[in-house]
Amino acid sequence: MTVSDWLQSAIADANRRSLPELKAVLEALARATTALRAADFNDDAAAPRGPAPSR
Amino acid sequence: MTGIEDFGRRLRARATTSLEAVEACLRRIEETRSLNAFTLVMADEARRQARQLDDEIAAGRDRGPLHGVPVTIKDILDIRGVPTTASSRVRDGHVADRDCPAVMHLRIAGAVFIGKTNLHEFAFGTTNEDSSFGPARNPHDETRSPGGSSGGSGASLAAGVGFATIGTDTGGSIRIPAAACGVVGLKPTLGEVSVEGVVPLSRTMDHVGPLTNGVADACLVYHALLGDPTRRPPAPVPMHGLRLAVLRPHFCDLLDHDVRESFESALNRLRAAGVRIDDIEIRHAADVAAVYLHLVLSDAAAYHAKTLETMPDRYCPAVRLRLEMGRYILAEDYVRALAGRSVLTREVDAALVQHDALVLPTLPIPAPTIGASTVDVSGRQEPVRNVMLRLTQLFDVTGHPAISIPSEPTKSGLPTGLQLVGGRHQTDALLRVALACESLVAGR
Repeated sequence: MTVSDWLQSAIADANRRSLPELKAVLEALARATTALRAADFNDDAAAPRGPAPSR
Repeated sequence: MTGIEDFGRRLRARATTSLEAVEACLRRIEETRSLNAFTLVMADEARRQARQLDDEIAAGRDRGPLHGVPVTIKDILDIRGVPTTASSRVRDGHVADRDCPAVMHLRIAGAVFIGKTNLHEFAFGTTNEDSSFGPARNPHDETRSPGGSSGGSGASLAAGVGFATIGTDTGGSIRIPAAACGVVGLKPTLGEVSVEGVVPLSRTMDHVGPLTNGVADACLVYHALLGDPTRRPPAPVPMHGLRLAVLRPHFCDLLDHDVRESFESALNRLRAAGVRIDDIEIRHAADVAAVYLHLVLSDAAAYHAKTLETMPDRYCPAVRLRLEMGRYILAEDYVRALAGRSVLTREVDAALVQHDALVLPTLPIPAPTIGASTVDVSGRQEPVRNVMLRLTQLFDVTGHPAISIPSEPTKSGLPTGLQLVGGRHQTDALLRVALACESLVAGR
């Protein structure tokens, strides 16, 4: 799911639950999620040579 | 209040009693009631404990450095027989049936419990504004926040109530109020001090630790929390040959002017004393906030899922919204944050290979005004919460021990803090560094 699809769905759900004030914080979370997904430590199945995170 | 060891000397010389110290605390609580630092004052129980401990001293039984020492406890840790409110109406009716291990260790060490301190509801905030008891206030300026989430702890200690207070730290909640109130705050290594019987914010990042008036006192309370109540503070490390690394990029990019001046002048004094100070980079520093947010929101949402459905109106509105936000995080993003956590942990480990400790300010700003949602930082308007977490949350993610010690105040007299970070499971080594640096950093 893309971040924009996720955000659209989350806002719709918040509205359905009568929590429209969640919209602003969900938009802030979407920005953080976009940054997280852009980080170079993420796995990429098409380029699997990156270092695996240690456990 | 003087230090714990000094109090102990006077206690054992019969120059004072635990009961006298308790009465002084209770008077001080009355004098500083406007700080709203307490959710519960345990006057009768504290007097009973103090009398018993004075009798023990008279009978020749000495429990160690914390014998008869008045302390306060953040109202998120269980003390048997009293409520653990977490400063939330969600907890109405709760009474703890036993001490949590951290409190039990302090009780065995002879600490006297004066009361439970106010906090940001469920420890989920940095200002202590969202609390069912109302905001705690900063004793240096009552229009300002004492920091949070352990805000009542920082405020009460800085106001002179007790010798130590116990806080919790998931994003900075011990170190932030320590810096905002001008006291010492120690977050030990993740997992060292038990979090059993502590209302969780994040079960994977919560830490328990002390706020004290000095590093030596932090050593004593830290060891008591571990169940080792007779250990004396270690010797400071020699200044010559000490190697510190400043986290310069990212962490020093956004600092209040006075905080920067205080930090740089502390570094200059350390250099003049023979400390080698290098600059160092954490490569993924810019990702810390996103990693932290996805971890803490998910963990908190899992804990609160049931009560968010059954009693949503009992939460402070802002806290409820943050908790609700966590319920929307996707599993794949939580896994990405876990991967980021591993990467950041390795990077902090690597930064410490050639250094005894990392050094950075604790808070980028002085204590913010109560009610402010944004703050001006060198000409930029920034969200208060994001700024306050910026320099502390990394070490909750990675679990490294970190201590905030007071540095020179701002021109208007507000406290600032300098943070030292040590190797994982090397909290004692970090404390030795902090003991060596304490007076120089404070400019004394």
